[in-house]
Amino acid sequence: MEYFVQQLVNGLTLGSIYGLIAIGYTMVYGIIGMVNFAHGDIFMLGGFAALIVYLLLVSLFGGVPIALALFIMILVAMVMTGLWNWVIEKMAYRPLRGSFRLAPLITAIGMSIALSNFIQVTQGPRNKPIPSMVSSVYEVFGISISLKQIIIVLVTAVLLTIFWYIVNHTPLGRAQRATEQDRKMAALLGIDVDKTISITFVMGAALAAVAGTMYLMYYGVIVFTDGFTPGVKAFTAAVLGGIGSLPGAVLGGLMIGLIESLWSAYFTIDYKDVATFSILAVVLIFKPSGILGRPEVEKV
Amino acid sequence: MTNTTSTTAGADGNLMARALREAFYAAIVALGLFILFVGLKTDQNILNELILVQRWGLLAIFVAIAAVGRFLSVAYIRPWAAARKATRAAAPAREANFFVRNFSMIAVAFLIIYPPLMVGLFGVQSSLKWVDNFGIQILIYVMLAWGLNIVVGLAGLLDLGYVAFYAVGAYSYALLSSYFGLSFWLLLPMAGILAALWGMILGFPVLRLKGDYLAIVTLAFGEIIRLVLINWTAVTKGTFGISGIAKASVFGIWSFDVSATNNFAKVFGLPMSSAYYKIFLFYLALALCMLTAFVTIRLRRMPIGRAWEALREDEIACRSLGINTVTTKLTAFATGAMFGGFAGSFFAVRQGFVSPESFVFLESAIILAIVVLGGMGSLVGIAVAATVMIGGTELLREMEFLKHIFGPDFTPELYRMLIFGLAMIVVMVWKPRGFVGSREPTAFLRERKSVSGSFTKEGHG
Amino acid sequence: MMTKDPILKVEHLSMRFGGLMAINDLSFEAYRGDITALIGPNGAGKTTVFNCITGFYKPTMGMITMRQQGGKEFLLERMSDFEVTRDAKVARTFQNIRLFSGLTVLENLLVAQHNKLMLASGYTILGLLGFPTYKKAAAQSIEQAKYWLDKANLTDRADDPAGDLPYGAQRRLEIARAMCTGPEFLCLDEPAAGLNPRESLALNELLRSIRKDTGTSILLIEHDMSVVMEISDHVVVLEYGQKISDGNPEHVKNDPKVIAAYLGVEDDEVEEVIEEIEIIAETAPGDTH
Repeated sequence: MEYFVQQLVNGLTLGSIYGLIAIGYTMVYGIIGMVNFAHGDIFMLGGFAALIVYLLLVSLFGGVPIALALFIMILVAMVMTGLWNWVIEKMAYRPLRGSFRLAPLITAIGMSIALSNFIQVTQGPRNKPIPSMVSSVYEVFGISISLKQIIIVLVTAVLLTIFWYIVNHTPLGRAQRATEQDRKMAALLGIDVDKTISITFVMGAALAAVAGTMYLMYYGVIVFTDGFTPGVKAFTAAVLGGIGSLPGAVLGGLMIGLIESLWSAYFTIDYKDVATFSILAVVLIFKPSGILGRPEVEKV
Repeated sequence: MTNTTSTTAGADGNLMARALREAFYAAIVALGLFILFVGLKTDQNILNELILVQRWGLLAIFVAIAAVGRFLSVAYIRPWAAARKATRAAAPAREANFFVRNFSMIAVAFLIIYPPLMVGLFGVQSSLKWVDNFGIQILIYVMLAWGLNIVVGLAGLLDLGYVAFYAVGAYSYALLSSYFGLSFWLLLPMAGILAALWGMILGFPVLRLKGDYLAIVTLAFGEIIRLVLINWTAVTKGTFGISGIAKASVFGIWSFDVSATNNFAKVFGLPMSSAYYKIFLFYLALALCMLTAFVTIRLRRMPIGRAWEALREDEIACRSLGINTVTTKLTAFATGAMFGGFAGSFFAVRQGFVSPESFVFLESAIILAIVVLGGMGSLVGIAVAATVMIGGTELLREMEFLKHIFGPDFTPELYRMLIFGLAMIVVMVWKPRGFVGSREPTAFLRERKSVSGSFTKEGHG
Repeated sequence: MMTKDPILKVEHLSMRFGGLMAINDLSFEAYRGDITALIGPNGAGKTTVFNCITGFYKPTMGMITMRQQGGKEFLLERMSDFEVTRDAKVARTFQNIRLFSGLTVLENLLVAQHNKLMLASGYTILGLLGFPTYKKAAAQSIEQAKYWLDKANLTDRADDPAGDLPYGAQRRLEIARAMCTGPEFLCLDEPAAGLNPRESLALNELLRSIRKDTGTSILLIEHDMSVVMEISDHVVVLEYGQKISDGNPEHVKNDPKVIAAYLGVEDDEVEEVIEEIEIIAETAPGDTH
């Protein structure tokens, strides 16, 4: 039982990271119907930004209180990836908006290849390990919960709350939802659609940056290829939850995190990704638009 | 008249001012983008700790390039492009010249004389690189992209896991040949059939899925097959891969095994060289490509091919015409997979070695990119895209002279995939419908007119 | 009327979407050789009836029987959409035209002959090997397409993409395409919607000639009363998923229930009409056949 709960905690942590990335996928999909394949690499970029900021802080000031360091890392990483995604959207995706739907997908795949190789070229191909930043572990009823896990789950929860508030209770969120429903009509009603879409990209990237920072802190290492697997898992999470749905993305992320940690704990770790992908396939076969997705009605 | 000139001068002044302003913004944005990733580099010191190396000079170059590029783009390139577009629109459509009209015939003729040409130019041993790295590799991608074209380009089903069938073909050949000693000529069709079977097996559960859901599940299937290949070590030897795969023979008459008595070089009294085998493989790949093209062209004019294209245009209308969309989709998956299987077994026989490394998602993405960049459905466009993208990035390996410019540490290969990715973006933004955006009709009453890309749909994938 | 031979019999058809009863216990017949019109105000459930007949929706309840020339009967509610066309020989068009816009006009008509050609090509294999049976069938299919191009007055545009045609031509092409499947029963969903008077006239002509030359029975949904009154032999009126009138155009036109429900009355006349209906209902209970 304790073992099981332990795995639940681990899965929850992992799932929070996936959920944060998945929101970026789901928002961009919701608003312009495009799978932003480069989002996983934005996440990796966020991790690298956090890494460089951390090293910069250490080299400039020696020791910095961990809480402050983490805060600065998250903040800079968010600004950094936000700027990147803003430029990417403007230069690579906007010219293709409204054309043929596969074109932006291919552009996004190209962007993903370019981004990971950009980091490989500028930062080198090797693993980048950092010393453990947070190492306290608490024992609660025989389950060990690390401070890292608590931070990850808390940060995720706080961000989701802020986010949920923005989307549901601010003029910006209203503009986003309107653009999602009908871009042309939204524009006619005076919503700056381009700006709204840009902000959506920036918001998604900022969340991915948080996920990247958490990932770096949790695993203590990052490498230029790290965008792919978590990116695909997060995309899987977004689809599993029902792409376009924010709660769906979080739910999907948590599910994938739990499936992974439980499968690794009780079966073989080698096949954990096979398990994840198989469950995705099975769920979609029975529920073709994901768990919380709106079913697509076939209008005849 | 004077009035006009003064306004143009004024406009020019405005343009310059605008260009300078935009260049300034671009410099600021570039500074923001690159300050962490280019200005600083994470490196390991002797203690294996990460340290930061400062590269402010390089950062300045990046920022300068962004500013100058933006300035040139706003001040010169855009007005020039606009002017060109206007003159283009005004000029009547040009008649296609001889080269364009007979492009495929010329291309095939060139490919047939390509190996002897290379041998003539570079000698037997040095031609190897050109025949193998360029010729055979590009042909494999052409074959794969033509196979995927049936699924994505014709039937409009977005498949992000096409590499799975490539893997099935490669491993079928590798395993059946090393465990049972079956010959290439028997295994080639078998690999195709097995891959087609897998196409049906994987196609069946996804029949109801549309668009991005279909894309992610096919991606998942591709990953599952790769992960199984990695982890099922008892059979596949895992990441080590299977090596020592038997070579193909010329229909069993001449062999390319050095020890065999009917060795090709021995029989003809030629000096021993691996180039003959590669040349043989080149022609084999060419033949397989021709077969793929022939079958695709024929299929398009058959009811099944028309049903695929109709499926891409409107699935509901298809059903209203009595077309069984389930079997139509499955045959598309199976046919596409079959060509992937052929390409896979060819790949295995060419490398003599297969490992899961060769079947990562990136391969699927590259093949899909070739199909879309070429223009969905167009065989010629796809072949051109494969040549440009694969041949182009392969050329980067040859850019040794760049070392003289950037210093001996410079490895052009490192930039290969970076440039590949950027090229994908640039080509898509420039030509969203690919090199050949129009569609050739499969039947006509009076004259064959290409259908403009703006009418064709891309399917629900 | 009673001696007529029904080609399609709809009995006690009901269709529920969640809490909404889109069709409620609907029964009617369409007779062989007739042009039957299904009319009713917006939201009366006409298209739903069509979708049930052509297999796109599975009705909640009821039976739809298609009786072919040879006497063979098909229970349409048990068949999937493509089987309805392929086996029962019921073809349809759509309210929001669904052409293969990237295929040429000719290709659209060839796709409609899929099943016939599939058989002739030996399920692709013989055709791939270049057997003459397929070549012959392919030539025949082009002849068939030409026949319908001619009828629909589209021969000049045969090699243009279907998406490039003007609206009225697209409507005619969709009908021609449905006819290329070789149906005995043709269902048209608002064929005259969006047509100008001249195109509307050409459409009437096309429908009449379809009936005359091929003997195909037609069921159509239509809003344009001039089309309905002019070409249909038999009219069924729906309101809120229920049949309110059924008979020849003359009969329906004068049915006060129809006048009140559909043909529209001035606001101040509503009271009057309702009173009138009540009187009729009291004096003549039962159906209005």
